[in-house]
Amino acid sequence: MPENCIYITRSSAIAARALAGEMMVMNSVDSTFFTLNEVATAIFQAADGHTPLREIVRDRVCGQFDIDPEQALADAEQFVAELSSHGILLVSNQPLASEAP
Amino acid sequence: MAAPRKIACVEIGGIPIALSTSDDRFLDLLRQRYQGFLSSSRPEFELEFDLTPTGPASDDDVRVRRDGDEWLLERGDFHARWDPRTGRGSVRQNANPYSLDSVLRILHSLILAQRGGFLLHAASAICGGRAYLFSGVSGAGKTTMTRLAPADITLLTDEISYVRPSADGYAAYGTPFAGELAKSGENCTAPVSALFFLEQGPENRVDELPPADAVRRLMRNILFFAEDRRLVEKLLDTACHFVSRVAIRRLTFYPDGKVWDQVRNFHGVPEHA
Repeated sequence: MPENCIYITRSSAIAARALAGEMMVMNSVDSTFFTLNEVATAIFQAADGHTPLREIVRDRVCGQFDIDPEQALADAEQFVAELSSHGILLVSNQPLASEAP
Repeated sequence: MAAPRKIACVEIGGIPIALSTSDDRFLDLLRQRYQGFLSSSRPEFELEFDLTPTGPASDDDVRVRRDGDEWLLERGDFHARWDPRTGRGSVRQNANPYSLDSVLRILHSLILAQRGGFLLHAASAICGGRAYLFSGVSGAGKTTMTRLAPADITLLTDEISYVRPSADGYAAYGTPFAGELAKSGENCTAPVSALFFLEQGPENRVDELPPADAVRRLMRNILFFAEDRRLVEKLLDTACHFVSRVAIRRLTFYPDGKVWDQVRNFHGVPEHA
């Protein structure tokens, strides 16, 4: 297993709904609201806490969208860092228990 | 011996709430501020007010969170508890009417969230028997729209719109929560025909909004304070449902009375029906 594995899971403090191909996510703690595009939605939905981000990008992003794998991973890490900073995703270098109810 | 409590029942959005106080001057303030919304209906909810020394309303952020089975509502100028199981609550605040408005708005936002409705940062008015909502950031033109309204338009509010689900969609109600106009809305209701997000521009035009954009704009303008995931989920469901049932458009307008012709002649359908 690579040393720099990143694991992500959805926070239990959020509510999310899909509409017309976009995912809408709201943090119940501070009421911040986000809409995710298709790629971001694919990553968000696969955030189960035990699949490494690299695998999620490979299987759910590169497998479905025409994107360069390294660029896709870099974009995904940036996206994950941003959602993490808003409490939407939890990030760890070890597998996480799923928080989503 | 404690002074006897006196009650003013204030009914906004068809939800009567008994406000009780032992302070006669505060009772007068209640009755004046909510004149037109006083009711003899049997109250669904009760709030007991205890007054602290008078001070200004606070600019602090409001916090609304669960404390066991109760809701705790806090800001620098008020501290309130409300138990949704019994419908009863208590408020400690000064006699500032803006604090009073804030507590009532938060309570209504909690009640509405459970019932599939919401308070929206929007002006609203009845035109031809149908309600139209005008939302947007500060300065977008909510008060301007109400000032430009022809005489046959009934103003529901220039600041905070009250929306509840109805048998055939959604209904908007008048509120006493005034903005720059400093004038209470009419205490009446009508089915919601459209929600316009306002932008000022060189001409009047109506543009469609993709459903996700409509939900995003709607969520950003709903007054909601509670730190509670289940209620947030419910609110998100409500916003999606509202977008599927009500026409939502961007209204670019030049600030003169002709914009109301655009509203009067609007016959839109929901984008995501």
